[in-house]
Amino acid sequence: MAGTKKIEDSSHVLSAKMPIGKEDKIFYFINTLILLAVIVVIAVPIINVIANSFSDGDAVAAGKITFWPVDFSLEGYKAVFEDKYILIGYGNTIFYTVVGTLINVVVTVIAAYPLSRKQLPGRNVIMMLFAFTMIFNGGLIPNFLLVKDLGMYNTRWAMIIPGAISVYNMVICRTFFATNLPDELREAAEVDGCSEFRFFIRMALPLSKAVIAVIALYYAVAHWNAFFNAFIYLTNKNLYPLQLILRDVLISNTVNASDVVSSDSIVNYNLVETLKYSLIMVSCIPIWCVYPFVQKYFVKGVMIGAIKG
Amino acid sequence: MNGNKKNSPMGLYTSKTKNERFCLAVKRYWQLYLLLLIPIIYILVFHYYPMLGLQLAFKKFNAKEGIWGDSWVGFKYFIKFFNSYKFIEVVRNTFVTSFYAVLAQIPIPIILALSLNAVRGQKFKKAAQLLSYMPHFISTVVIVSMMMQMFNTRSGLVAVIAALFGKVVPDIFASESAFKHLYVWSTVWQSAGWASIIYLAALAGVDPEQHEAAIVDGATRFQRVRYIDFPTVIPTASILIILNMGRVMSLGFEKVYLMQNDLNIAASEIISTYTYKIGLTGNADFSYSTAIGLFNSVINLILILMTNKLSKKLSGSGLF
Repeated sequence: MAGTKKIEDSSHVLSAKMPIGKEDKIFYFINTLILLAVIVVIAVPIINVIANSFSDGDAVAAGKITFWPVDFSLEGYKAVFEDKYILIGYGNTIFYTVVGTLINVVVTVIAAYPLSRKQLPGRNVIMMLFAFTMIFNGGLIPNFLLVKDLGMYNTRWAMIIPGAISVYNMVICRTFFATNLPDELREAAEVDGCSEFRFFIRMALPLSKAVIAVIALYYAVAHWNAFFNAFIYLTNKNLYPLQLILRDVLISNTVNASDVVSSDSIVNYNLVETLKYSLIMVSCIPIWCVYPFVQKYFVKGVMIGAIKG
Repeated sequence: MNGNKKNSPMGLYTSKTKNERFCLAVKRYWQLYLLLLIPIIYILVFHYYPMLGLQLAFKKFNAKEGIWGDSWVGFKYFIKFFNSYKFIEVVRNTFVTSFYAVLAQIPIPIILALSLNAVRGQKFKKAAQLLSYMPHFISTVVIVSMMMQMFNTRSGLVAVIAALFGKVVPDIFASESAFKHLYVWSTVWQSAGWASIIYLAALAGVDPEQHEAAIVDGATRFQRVRYIDFPTVIPTASILIILNMGRVMSLGFEKVYLMQNDLNIAASEIISTYTYKIGLTGNADFSYSTAIGLFNSVINLILILMTNKLSKKLSGSGLF
């Protein structure tokens, strides 16, 4: 946490006490302009999506929308929530995110803690076993055959088990354990007759809530946005996560999302245009709602990851 | 567990045979090894077992025998790939798109970090950070659909704005030459803010006294950015560039695949999408697909090891 704090404060404290010369005024002005430009470039596409999602289908299809809804309408959202497969996909994604993250965090933590212990014989060999998987892998077909052989093909497990541990997150976690759990603490616990298990559960984990939050968030976002495993391993539409449904509706245009609405083909076509934008919104809103409150944890993960363990 | 055991790790390495040491370690640390058991089994099954599956690249796949069949064919599939008319195309597309992306992703996060670091209003800075990290959390599917919507020739934002000036936009998604620009700049849009975090961290490490001394010497804020802040981020930038070069042939599947269509395919078919198409669509050819995948993995491995070595030599720190 110290790292993040510092970033936010260092230049501020310094510049606040300094008098500003004319040249510096120009500098700060141009600097503000640069940042404003960045903000505009990032915000414009997002605002356009929001505006379209709340507009009437006819206005969207006619190309009338820039940054404010035209003929305000919630039809798009209504259509999203009336589509059976979108709702199923939403439910599936929530399931994969919750269950998957839970498994991820447990497996990551039980790998990271022992590997953070410098005295553990064989630690480096095991660490190498993990690290090598970051730079070399069996590739598409061998993984596909493995999932098939294990009977996970076209089941929910295919979305949860094959990516159960991210070595990158494990390294973040390991670095945190290694730098935040003082040796003295463990030695003292040992003297008091505390076993390794007990120390891990009663001391190490409670002291590492911050890093567990960080990796849980990383895993959760990854699950929410995951596309590849579902794309490769699932054919049953009732198991599809939201991202796969999104792809069908938004990119391949293969789903008759309009089925649910009306029989008038022109109205349908236009409504599908709004629906696309509403669907983008509905898929992003959960993350955007949570994100401002947890942003500092995400940033912290980058900081810990940057320290070499 | 008693106080005496505390010293045993050191005792482990004195005048004992390997076997004895092993037994002692297991006895002392069995609980830690037990914790590691599930992750190790997991890694062996889901990461190392598929590596054994790579032997398919040298065999003719037989559905009955799976990866353990014995119809060896040597390098047949590799030769087939090298002689295929697709070879040059997919390797070139992979390299060009990826190399372009690596280069384009260097300057903007640095400028953004320098700029954020020099901002005086903290509220403005926080708002800018919050917004600039946000695209990082948008899924690939949504990014690609947003692009497709935005560049829609009839109702997209670009067409709407062009219409204000009486212009008509061409269908950019159908253009071969536009593919790499679309891919790269949307990636920059998505990743620049997030990538700036690491530079901000480096900037936070600047000693305030350096700035104070510069101010005393009459340096302007711009001069301080130029001569204090900028040199600070250069080591970080060079490590990142070198390490990213190592991944130049491992361009991801998802985004490119989602952006593909019949009209831009000549520019957008890359190794990973081609591997997928050969292996899992149409007349799925597992062996040929595995061979192409293996070819790519080996090149990636060599590049990563080389760039890691280079990074260590130049900066003293690498990935591993």
